[in-house]
Amino acid sequence: MNKLVVASCLAAVLALPGLAQAREVTLTTRLKDYSGNDAYLAIYLTDANGTYQQTLWVAGKKAKYYKHLPDWARGSRMAAAQYDGISGASVGSGETLTVSAELADSLIDAGYQIRIDSAVEDQRDVRADVVLPLTLQGAGQPASGSTYVQSLRYDL
Amino acid sequence: MLRSLHSIPGLIAALLVMLLAISGATLALNPALERLHTPQPAVAQVSVGQLAGRIAGHLSGIEQIRRTPSGSVIVYHSQDGQALASTVDPLTGAVLAPYSPSVFARWVKELHRSLFLDTTGHAVSALGALAMLLLACSGAVLLARRVGGWGNLLRPLRGSFSQRWHAELGRLTTLGLLLSALSGLYLSAGTFGLIADGSQAEPAVPTLLSVGPALPVASLPALQALDLNDLRELVYPSPGNPQDLYSLRTTAGEGYVDQASGALLSFQPYAGAHQAYELIYRLHTGEGLWWLGLLLGTCALGVPLMSVTGLWLWWRRRQGATPIHDNSTAANADCVILVGSENNSTWGFAHTLHQALVMAGIKVHSAPMNQLQSDYPKARHLLILTATHGDGDAPASATAFLARLGQNPPGPGLPFAVLGFGDRQFPRFCGFAEQVQNALAASGARPLLPLDCIHRQCAQEFQRWGQALGAALGLELDLQHHSQTPPSHDLELVESVAYGAQVQAPTRILRFKAPADGSGQGLPEFQAGDLVGILPPGTAQPRFYSLASSSADGVLEICVRKHPGGLCSGFLHDLQAGARIQGFIQPNPQFRPVQGSQPVILIGAGTGIGPLAGFIRGNRARQPMHLYWGGRHPASDFLYEPELKGYLADRRLTALHAAFSRVPARGYVQDRLLADALALRRLVEKGAQVLVCGSRDMAKGVIQALDEVLAPLNLSVLTLKAQGRYREDIY
Repeated sequence: MNKLVVASCLAAVLALPGLAQAREVTLTTRLKDYSGNDAYLAIYLTDANGTYQQTLWVAGKKAKYYKHLPDWARGSRMAAAQYDGISGASVGSGETLTVSAELADSLIDAGYQIRIDSAVEDQRDVRADVVLPLTLQGAGQPASGSTYVQSLRYDL
Repeated sequence: MLRSLHSIPGLIAALLVMLLAISGATLALNPALERLHTPQPAVAQVSVGQLAGRIAGHLSGIEQIRRTPSGSVIVYHSQDGQALASTVDPLTGAVLAPYSPSVFARWVKELHRSLFLDTTGHAVSALGALAMLLLACSGAVLLARRVGGWGNLLRPLRGSFSQRWHAELGRLTTLGLLLSALSGLYLSAGTFGLIADGSQAEPAVPTLLSVGPALPVASLPALQALDLNDLRELVYPSPGNPQDLYSLRTTAGEGYVDQASGALLSFQPYAGAHQAYELIYRLHTGEGLWWLGLLLGTCALGVPLMSVTGLWLWWRRRQGATPIHDNSTAANADCVILVGSENNSTWGFAHTLHQALVMAGIKVHSAPMNQLQSDYPKARHLLILTATHGDGDAPASATAFLARLGQNPPGPGLPFAVLGFGDRQFPRFCGFAEQVQNALAASGARPLLPLDCIHRQCAQEFQRWGQALGAALGLELDLQHHSQTPPSHDLELVESVAYGAQVQAPTRILRFKAPADGSGQGLPEFQAGDLVGILPPGTAQPRFYSLASSSADGVLEICVRKHPGGLCSGFLHDLQAGARIQGFIQPNPQFRPVQGSQPVILIGAGTGIGPLAGFIRGNRARQPMHLYWGGRHPASDFLYEPELKGYLADRRLTALHAAFSRVPARGYVQDRLLADALALRRLVEKGAQVLVCGSRDMAKGVIQALDEVLAPLNLSVLTLKAQGRYREDIY
């Protein structure tokens, strides 16, 4: 009970300044020309150790397949509250997904990373297909992915 | 009504159902192909831990091991930063091949489940499955009605080529198609969230982990305890993260495995709904059930054939139901013709009658029997031409007739005549025509003529009925009915063997070949027992003869007795070797031995031996065949005597019982049957089929004799007929 109260207060404290000094980030994800059905993607924020912090976007409509996005599923517990209002359709081979997300200013240049987990039906489930440190300088600089993701870029 | 339930979804969804069936049949091959290329470890032969350890000996950077329901093991791993996938031997862990899912299979799968149209396509596919379900159910009921009840479903089928194939494929594939359609609908309902597909929340990630160095994968107790056959998927922890866990999915549930202790944590068994969904998914796809996949795939292949024959049948029904020239209205007509037709051949006869009456100056109204009116103000005669469907049931255009008649009987003012069309093969030959005759008589109407029945669309019988009708109506009625004849072939007589002149039964065995100069197209395709139609010069009415050979014999053979004044038989008897005639084949597939090991009893007299000799000649499988045949004198008309002796010697013929009527110990074929009753009963008990060919009188005598023979078995010819074991070719 005590823990719950503390956690709620903590969340409120984190959220309030976040709302006060938030900015919109545009995330541009381009997929490779792979052979397979549309990909499910989870774009999320981790700390420098790769520990899950916050979901930025989930591409793919069927929650029952979310378990194929391994690290994100583990970190977010796939709780609907984590991706409510920030999910959409899966992304096809060679397509580009552009979405925007709200990020607190305090998260920039603070050692946080943007990661994408990806999965395609009957193929490999990929943890951290791409990892991109969240810095002011890194804005507009694309990073290459390993499996289905060709590149990820964020613009502040 | 029921037929519409069958044909409307058929027409609307034919293309869609065909597409689903063909793509489904293609996909159905995959589980069998996959299984063919995958070694199958026995239960408890290999544990997941053992296999993971063996794979580690061959590959590094392993991220995930997946076992498909067919038993393939796929390993996702990385090497020098490159993401790779390989199939490995489930026993040794050695790499078999790089794994890349088939692009073609994925394409067909997408086509099958959504036609590349995403959610809309999923819905269209589901509608296709629904159409398939409707078609399978209504088709089964129609078929049961056609053969005269569910108990007769396995009886041999009759009808035109398309009808037979449509029904034959239907009864072979209906169960498989039902399973595919129902399971497909279930999966669709799951896709659209209409039923629970059993997906459940992931098990909670355990928080209390043991501290210590990670164990080698082969030493993890949870994996050592798990049989490879129960594995679905094992996801390795992130390399270098001691906090991470193995994720494990088995056939029973899912959970985690601690890297350090190897303990199974938070294991959550699947709920019943999940297991049910998995089972139905496998029933639909054949994954892990390769034999079922092949079975369902084969059934699905019947769908395109049934669609094409079904569309053809529908088109033919429509075609034939259309224009009648000079059709008067029901209110104006002097004479009303009502037609009960299943596939329009009866309509052909009705047209001939209609035109002949119109030529005689009568105003005629022709209509389907279902359109019986309560009142025909000017009509003086009611003529009914009707076929019989199945076991004495109404044909398609007469299903409502008896009910309508009950409500509005035409009354004594409208004399009637009923002409039935049917096949004496059926135990209830013209059964529906009889019901109509009795119902009309019971309603108080006066019969113009007694009920008459036409066997197998015989034009001569129809002509005779026309004469009787003309006499009753007081006019000259010459009904020249020409059914559409198939294309003719040139035939050249190569041999003519004469028998029986001394016993007043001049008979010839005539053998024809395609003209030697190669001007013709060669011999047509036919089987012994089929009929050849021959037009004697100067006539329009073909005569039919049973074929004593099949096209595989390279010769077209018939056995013809010369009748006094017989136009065609005389013409054929006078032919000299080298002479050419025109002939066409009319298939007669119902009169053929069913192949198998059951004995065949062949009974005939005179030229009736023709097709029977043909069956014996073609009996390369040495099926037991017993021939009972009657002639006049062994020295004169013992048809096929030398051939039959040869067949006895090489065991194509098991026993020959010949009877002769003009020798001192005279007897008919019926007498031979009675004398041999014990042996015949034994054969019938072994499942024998009986094929009878000859004159109508002989056939009657044979039925009497056999009824006597079968009585101790509590069987009769009628029962054998109902079982499809008694076939006649009578003239």
